[in-house]
Amino acid sequence: MLRKLTLTAACVLGLGAPVAAIAAGGEVHVHDFDFPFEGPFGSYDTNQLQRGLQVYTEICSACHGMEYVAFRNLSDEGGPALPEDQMRAYAEQFEVWDPTLFDGEGDFRPATPADKFPGSSLSNAPDLSLMAKARAGFHGPYGTGLSQLFNGMGGPEYIATLLSSYEEEPECAFDSDPIDGYYNTAFANGGLPESCYDEDGHAMVPGSYIAMAQPLYGDDVDYADGHSTEIEHVAQDVAAFLMWTAEPKLVARKQAGLTGVIFLTVLSVLLYLTNKRLWAPYKKKH
Amino acid sequence: MAGIPHDHYEPKTGGEKWLYRRLPIVGLLYDTLMIPTPRNLNWMWIWGIVLVFTLVLQIATGVVLVMHYTPHVDMAFASIEHIMRNVNGGHMIRYFHMNGASLFFVAVYMHIFRGLYYGSYKAPREVTWIIGILMFVLMMGTAFMGYVLPWGQMSFHGTAVITGLFGAIPFVGEAVQTWLLGASAVGQPALNRFFSLHYLLPFILLGLTIVHVWAFHTTGNNNPTGVEVRRTSKEDAQKDTLPFWPYFVIKDLFALALILVVFMIIVGFMPNYLGHPDNYIPANPLATPSHIVPEWYFLPFYAILRAFTADVWVVMFADWITFGIVDAKFFGVLAMFGAIVVMALAPWLDTSSVRSGRYRPMFKWWFALLVVDFIVLMWVGAMPAEGIYPYISLIGSAYWFGYFLVILPLLGVIEKPQPQPATIEDDFNAHYGGSGDGKAAAPTPAE
Repeated sequence: MLRKLTLTAACVLGLGAPVAAIAAGGEVHVHDFDFPFEGPFGSYDTNQLQRGLQVYTEICSACHGMEYVAFRNLSDEGGPALPEDQMRAYAEQFEVWDPTLFDGEGDFRPATPADKFPGSSLSNAPDLSLMAKARAGFHGPYGTGLSQLFNGMGGPEYIATLLSSYEEEPECAFDSDPIDGYYNTAFANGGLPESCYDEDGHAMVPGSYIAMAQPLYGDDVDYADGHSTEIEHVAQDVAAFLMWTAEPKLVARKQAGLTGVIFLTVLSVLLYLTNKRLWAPYKKKH
Repeated sequence: MAGIPHDHYEPKTGGEKWLYRRLPIVGLLYDTLMIPTPRNLNWMWIWGIVLVFTLVLQIATGVVLVMHYTPHVDMAFASIEHIMRNVNGGHMIRYFHMNGASLFFVAVYMHIFRGLYYGSYKAPREVTWIIGILMFVLMMGTAFMGYVLPWGQMSFHGTAVITGLFGAIPFVGEAVQTWLLGASAVGQPALNRFFSLHYLLPFILLGLTIVHVWAFHTTGNNNPTGVEVRRTSKEDAQKDTLPFWPYFVIKDLFALALILVVFMIIVGFMPNYLGHPDNYIPANPLATPSHIVPEWYFLPFYAILRAFTADVWVVMFADWITFGIVDAKFFGVLAMFGAIVVMALAPWLDTSSVRSGRYRPMFKWWFALLVVDFIVLMWVGAMPAEGIYPYISLIGSAYWFGYFLVILPLLGVIEKPQPQPATIEDDFNAHYGGSGDGKAAAPTPAE
């Protein structure tokens, strides 16, 4: 609870995005983590999603919400797959406003599986339901996005990299007025102190300042399954969880895709043979 | 149906005759399906079927999506998420529809460039061509309005940019923009009317498809040689053609199935590759995305729109000669629409008497350059308007207009075409050998 309070305080202090940047931040590098849900046959790792849910609950949810995700989905096969009683108990931690209670005047009640996660408690903390699809980590080469063909969009990679890329303010920052926010080498959309730009307005350091205070330091959570709590691992777990919240039907989609590809390939072969036979009398070679 | 002589439907049984006297619908379907089709059509003649399939796919998936979608600024985004999470199969239906737009444009661009290379736009097929360009414009409008419906960041700010184009029209621009949006800014009235039109226009496209097919069934298909089917007698015509069913239906279906394998890979394994991540952020009028880029299929025309900046001499000249009425912004809008208008005018701009590019040695190279130009414009349209990119857009746009307005008219005069085959039969036999006599030789007619 204390942690939650300090985090909330940190969030509130971080209010107000970095003020009017002169130019965007410097070059950023998003690390290409290996996630189990990548590739045509990849699927979610239930244990990882449960760890990610724990990180979300204990840390992220202090400021952020997830208003498109229903509690019942936490029991989904192929998702976090919480047993139903655990999922119900989890939902009951949250209070929701029910306008039908108290003779139509409305009242708070504990959440049920049919309810959704609450929205963000801070106006400038974005909702996390779709975060993993709303950010692209990979753009190359030359901004064409062709690398996404092989690496994916890089949403979860971006989240995991961002969460583990808070660093000390760069040297150049001390030569001009300080700006709000926290220095992050993976965040490109914020500003930098004036003295961190060269004459042409190009950033001399990677990344920029982000409004969100550093949420992870390593050993932030105690995993029941004994998994490593190094910052990279915790960041990957929560990024994987957010991929699931953004794309809960990923596994079903890939299965449908595979079925479709196999079916259409067989159909293509049959049609090829039909076509060949059909045209044979007209296309006889000398 | 006028055109190539062929066998028509003859009602045989009493029931057929009864219906035929009252509604000759079977005869219409028979004549449409059995239409004599040049037997030398190559694999670039499959895109029409792909387009028809895609239109049906989009209408079918769209009708289901509408059952769960809410056209309200506060609920549209959430209703899309409802489709993605709670509706049975909703995520697949929506991804099919979303990527179906891309399939549509891949097919239409292949179809258009096939027409440009083989001279399908030339007499007597100008009407088919003009209707086709009209359908292309309607498709772009439909796709744009569909992109608005999820009410994400790109939907919202894209709408502001695109309707802003109309705001650039001198004198009446602002009034036109307000009329289009139903308000002075992008909001509920715009979302509602775009939703209405997004549902309506595909059915107009369906109607135009019928007219498009009717038109080229009247003139007969073009073919890779550009030489017309002989119409001297039914026997001559049969040597040049084969009926659409089953020969071309099966061929087209084979190509369609192959294309759908690729489509299925995209929908199944990378459904958001062609989209923009910012559209998964709910629309927020107060936060403009740092980089507003249209969908890939608009990029060539978007590049032309942005190419004509105020420091280009043509723009300065237009500004000066019109006393500032045509400023850089309006010039860009004119250029973008002009890029489509010059395509529509191709039948009259191309002065060559030879139809197919296959027999035009100089044309081939200019055409290849046009294809490269189109791809370069598509790439540069996605780049920020800084550094070297504006110059590339300008050169690319200049070539686009140069091709239609200068090169096509000139080539017809200066180019010496190569000899064309006398008949389609000759061309077909040169490729496939055989005596090629069309006397219904098929021993195994497919079912």
